[in-house]
Amino acid sequence: MKTIFKSLLAITVLSIVYSCGNGGSNKGSQGALSSSAAEKVYVAPGEHDEFYAFVSGGFSGQLAVYGLPSGRLFKVIPVFSVDAEKAYGFNEETKPMLNTSHGFIPWDDSHHPDISQTAGELDGRWVFINGNNTPRIAKIDLTTFETTEIIEIPNSAGNHSSSFVTENTEYVVAGTRFSVPYPQRDMPIDEYKGNFKGALTFISVDPEDGGMDLKFQIMMPGFNYDLSHPGRGKSHGWFFFTTYNTEEANSLLEVNASQNDKDFIAAINWKKIEEYVNNGGGTKAPTKYAHNVYDEHTHTATSTIKEEVVVVNPSDVPGAIYFLPTPKSPHGCDVDPSGEYIIGSGKLAAELTAHSFTKMLAAIEGKKFDGDAYGIPILQYDEILAGAVKQPGLGPLHTEFDGQGNAYTTFFISSEVVKWKLGTWEVIDRKPTYYSVGHLMVPGGNSRKPFGKYVLAMNKITKDRYLPTGPEVTQSAQLYDITGEKMELLLDFPTIGEPHYAAGIPADLIKPNSKKIYKLEDNKHEFAVKSEAETKVVRNGNEVHIYMTMIRSHFAPDNIEGVQVGDKVYFHVTNLEQDYDVPHGISMIGANTSELLIMPGQTETFVWEPKQVGVWPFYCTDFCSALHQEMQGYVRVSPKGSDVPITYTLDGDPVDAE
Amino acid sequence: MKKSKLLMIIGSLLLLGLFVFPLWNITLEAPQYPTPLGMDIYINKFADTHEFDIKNINLMNHYVGMQYIPETIPEFKIFPIAILVMSALGVIIGFLGNHKLFLVWFVVMALLGVAGMYDFYLWEYDYGHNLDPKAIMTFKNPDGSVMGFQPPLFGSKDILNFKAHSYPRLGAYFLFVGMFMTLTAFFIGKKEPKS
Repeated sequence: MKTIFKSLLAITVLSIVYSCGNGGSNKGSQGALSSSAAEKVYVAPGEHDEFYAFVSGGFSGQLAVYGLPSGRLFKVIPVFSVDAEKAYGFNEETKPMLNTSHGFIPWDDSHHPDISQTAGELDGRWVFINGNNTPRIAKIDLTTFETTEIIEIPNSAGNHSSSFVTENTEYVVAGTRFSVPYPQRDMPIDEYKGNFKGALTFISVDPEDGGMDLKFQIMMPGFNYDLSHPGRGKSHGWFFFTTYNTEEANSLLEVNASQNDKDFIAAINWKKIEEYVNNGGGTKAPTKYAHNVYDEHTHTATSTIKEEVVVVNPSDVPGAIYFLPTPKSPHGCDVDPSGEYIIGSGKLAAELTAHSFTKMLAAIEGKKFDGDAYGIPILQYDEILAGAVKQPGLGPLHTEFDGQGNAYTTFFISSEVVKWKLGTWEVIDRKPTYYSVGHLMVPGGNSRKPFGKYVLAMNKITKDRYLPTGPEVTQSAQLYDITGEKMELLLDFPTIGEPHYAAGIPADLIKPNSKKIYKLEDNKHEFAVKSEAETKVVRNGNEVHIYMTMIRSHFAPDNIEGVQVGDKVYFHVTNLEQDYDVPHGISMIGANTSELLIMPGQTETFVWEPKQVGVWPFYCTDFCSALHQEMQGYVRVSPKGSDVPITYTLDGDPVDAE
Repeated sequence: MKKSKLLMIIGSLLLLGLFVFPLWNITLEAPQYPTPLGMDIYINKFADTHEFDIKNINLMNHYVGMQYIPETIPEFKIFPIAILVMSALGVIIGFLGNHKLFLVWFVVMALLGVAGMYDFYLWEYDYGHNLDPKAIMTFKNPDGSVMGFQPPLFGSKDILNFKAHSYPRLGAYFLFVGMFMTLTAFFIGKKEPKS
């Protein structure tokens, strides 16, 4: 009896424990699931994000800097478009950055940021990004987060298969999406075939200072070169470009460029071509392109027009270029961390194609060719195929990797991210995006060492996802946790412009190098003054140069007389501060330009051409201190030919101009 | 060598640490300065704790009319000489081994130290109270007198939005330990049998 009682008791207790546990965990797991997504992206006030994400601005022409996992926007770096906030393209120092062979261009379409690498791993020194419309490559320095170099790409158009770097940043590569006549000339458009060429451009990067130099251009057949990526590891020394419009259509491309069953991935042995060029190969062809460099010490950009480029004809370097047949107008061209698999996303195809680098080399060795295109051998599809992901989704675009043997591909039409396994080609998971995803990014996902914690999907349209803002609504990015077998959507945040691609990197690789101020003693600006004692106003014909300083909370000088209607007045303003996060701004009433926003130790210049007699104020535009509202000054403008002499004062101490 | 002599000599030599390490430090904390502003005081110079700190302290202080921290002060010539002389004297006295002289040395050094601290206090007082009559902001104490901004001689003190800390640094510890050793040398020397 006792034992029966005991066992009954035991059962009762057990069942209570069990049901409690069960009920508890059921309830808990739902709560935990939704709250854990919030927890995973929560970065407490004052804490820092784990990753930087450099997200392209697309038609904004800029590059945005976000933190991950929080999705907080830190800075919009002006690259290809003027930015009145930062005076980029408005002040005298940065106007040359936007110079091209077509003159000053205030806008472009920025696409694919890529972070510099050393030994195939992110080194956090620079970000490169391409301007798509008027072909250019820009370099952003990650100590100052400023654009410091822009090089124009001649003989190119629709600079889209750009700006990806090789394993040691030997080159940043720019490929043309639109083929154009080479050389450019007046000719009938319908004589496209055979006359138009697609330039693939290799820009060398100085390992010390990052200086870019246009090393050579390969004049490929007139296809559209859509995207590209470098080989890495075993395939280092090769570069891969997807092509479409191998039909060489010049009108209604949506139909006429979609006829061929297979287009190509062009495999370029750039080391071989580099050697050829180093040995005097290629033709020095006349051309015109701008090379713009911003010097951190003079705080000034210079633009140089260059007039020659080395052009390489593929047939002159046999064995350096091959075509890999790839189904249906492939878009993304992505290479896995080992360098073995080259993934072609045939955007109209029912499957995702993976070529094998090893098999490609064997096919070249064994001459397994399927004819040629303009003398470039076409490898046999079956000989190079590593595998295909069957029925993965509709409209594959781009693939990134987590370093754990998994790949993540975006599908534009079916609006999803699909996780699949390299080697077995099986689909592991799929998650919807909102909506119509373009690129995606795993930090370091296009290097030998991805940081496979998150994938960021970048969407083209958002429709109803956010509060509506009239017909034009935001684009967005979505963050997924990829540490588990299944992906988990964590966060959805709006972006600037249209994010075409992003580059992510652990914050620790950049944060310690971020500059706090510019040292005044290193300022080599032509018009810098390093103390108030050196300030002056100098007339030179109808040009008046004001050498001005700013420090909390006044300008020196702040009363200027002797300026006349019709003068061209240059304000050269130096911020004397040497403290972190103490910029000052300056703006002049009626000046046909933007404000200046000047960092500590920096000098910038704006031009004012006064049109009316009077006394006109200027003031500080950045709330710099408790006495910010007092930070102002006056310029007296007299009629043309007036005998009012140039004087400039601070606190009533006049000093006559020399 | 006798223990007392050794202590006296080493203690005197420790004073030389003042030529390498700062004597004192004043640090100013404020919400806008997650990295506080700081000034290290050596026996021969003022130095930034972080580059440009003194320039930024001056910039802050100009709002309340405080003078700029000078590039140099007369004390920076006198202090090093005093320390060098005392250190040399201490070593000589140590070799001589007369423990009564140890005490004399200690008392002189202590008096010099007090004089130095008093001098520092006077400078601080002037720095905190001799304000520009055209100061941007003037603050009054509850009793109606003009508020001063003298940093504490020792310890921490709230001054408007800043919290000022004033504490000895490694150089001062060399001085304290050295002086303590000379005092110990005196007591040990007293007990030691005369040779």
